[in-house]
Amino acid sequence: MKNLLVILFTQALVNNFMLSRILGACPFIGVSQQVETATGMSMAVVFVMTMASAISWLVQNLILNPLNMGYLQTVSFILVIAALVQFIEMFLKKNSPGLYKALGIYLPLITTNCAVLGVAIININEGYNLVEAAVSGAAAGLGWGLAIVLFAAIRERMRLAPIPKCMEGFPIALVTTGLLAMAFLGFSGFDVARFVGM
Amino acid sequence: MSSPSPLSSIFSNGIGKENPTLRLLLGMCPTIAVSLAVSNGIGMGLAATFVLVGSNLCVSLLRKATPNEIRIPVFIVVIATFVTVVDLVMNAYLPQLHQVLGVFVPLIVVNCIILARAEAFASKNGPLASIVDGLGMGAGFTFALVLLSAIREPLGTGIILAAPDLGFEGIRLFSKEYAAAIVTQPVGGFISLGLLIGAVNLLAERGKGRAGRRGSQSPQGGCH
Repeated sequence: MKNLLVILFTQALVNNFMLSRILGACPFIGVSQQVETATGMSMAVVFVMTMASAISWLVQNLILNPLNMGYLQTVSFILVIAALVQFIEMFLKKNSPGLYKALGIYLPLITTNCAVLGVAIININEGYNLVEAAVSGAAAGLGWGLAIVLFAAIRERMRLAPIPKCMEGFPIALVTTGLLAMAFLGFSGFDVARFVGM
Repeated sequence: MSSPSPLSSIFSNGIGKENPTLRLLLGMCPTIAVSLAVSNGIGMGLAATFVLVGSNLCVSLLRKATPNEIRIPVFIVVIATFVTVVDLVMNAYLPQLHQVLGVFVPLIVVNCIILARAEAFASKNGPLASIVDGLGMGAGFTFALVLLSAIREPLGTGIILAAPDLGFEGIRLFSKEYAAAIVTQPVGGFISLGLLIGAVNLLAERGKGRAGRRGSQSPQGGCH
């Protein structure tokens, strides 16, 4: 249990996927114009990352490892994620129209979010078991979501700020992300194992 | 692209006007994460160039045989195959570089530059033009990576051109005490890339003013 808490805090805060590992920068900057859309996107990311972590773990340990086909990891994981996203989209459309309306337009974008494939590979590299992998995926998604919601709130306020023309849009967004990353750098001194009493 | 353009202009397009990183703003994650040292930048750039050329060639050869509805999965499988090749070769011959680049080697699969070129160029053009386009885009990506790491490496460590795989310790420009380690953190990556793109925009704006109204469009942000 404590083990899972360590993974939760490490993946969400200390090694924040966006601000410390730099995974998922494209949607981070692309979908952060408003807090509302950022929230929708981050819910979709948490959902997909948790599912992708669990399923890619099963693929690795039940199919690739017994058959000694570890070299097919990249190909099989990206296919699993693409199929998973498609499947989730169809499932939600049929069974939960409300949730589909909220998440629908973000789901197709997630296939190319490198944080999803990133967390699947990192889980295998770290040698997590199935539960740990799922928790790690959820925590990584939550951390990414926290970062994008904070960032969207900053961007909403920045809209009226006078910015030099050459820095408008993308460049100023990157500099702002840098300042946000500096704030998250504070977590790197956070001793998670001691905090949860291990 | 409806009218065939000369190969040299396809190539230079990728480095200059349509530079994938500095003008089209694609593939930000590896750019920021990897540009800690010039040798990493070159390694990542060459790996991505190989994947780009290979996938562009295959997609271009398969373009008549690929049904429109399933083209994206086909592209992804082609790209993932070449990424696996790069991953295994780098692990065997450049183990230290492979360790530094870490998860970003398999993540070349989801680098938007490669899928974007497969979709926008290779699926509509012949094999030779597609190879040249891959080389040009790869060179542009490598150029941007080297430029950014040539700023970050000396500022962050005081050393430039360190290459552990080749047994080269790099050239010390100034003492380590004066180096700002924060530049090699993600913080420095975001801020320096932001300022670099800002500077490129400024130069492009100036160049446009000098050349009169030649009609070069401003970059459109983000890949999704």
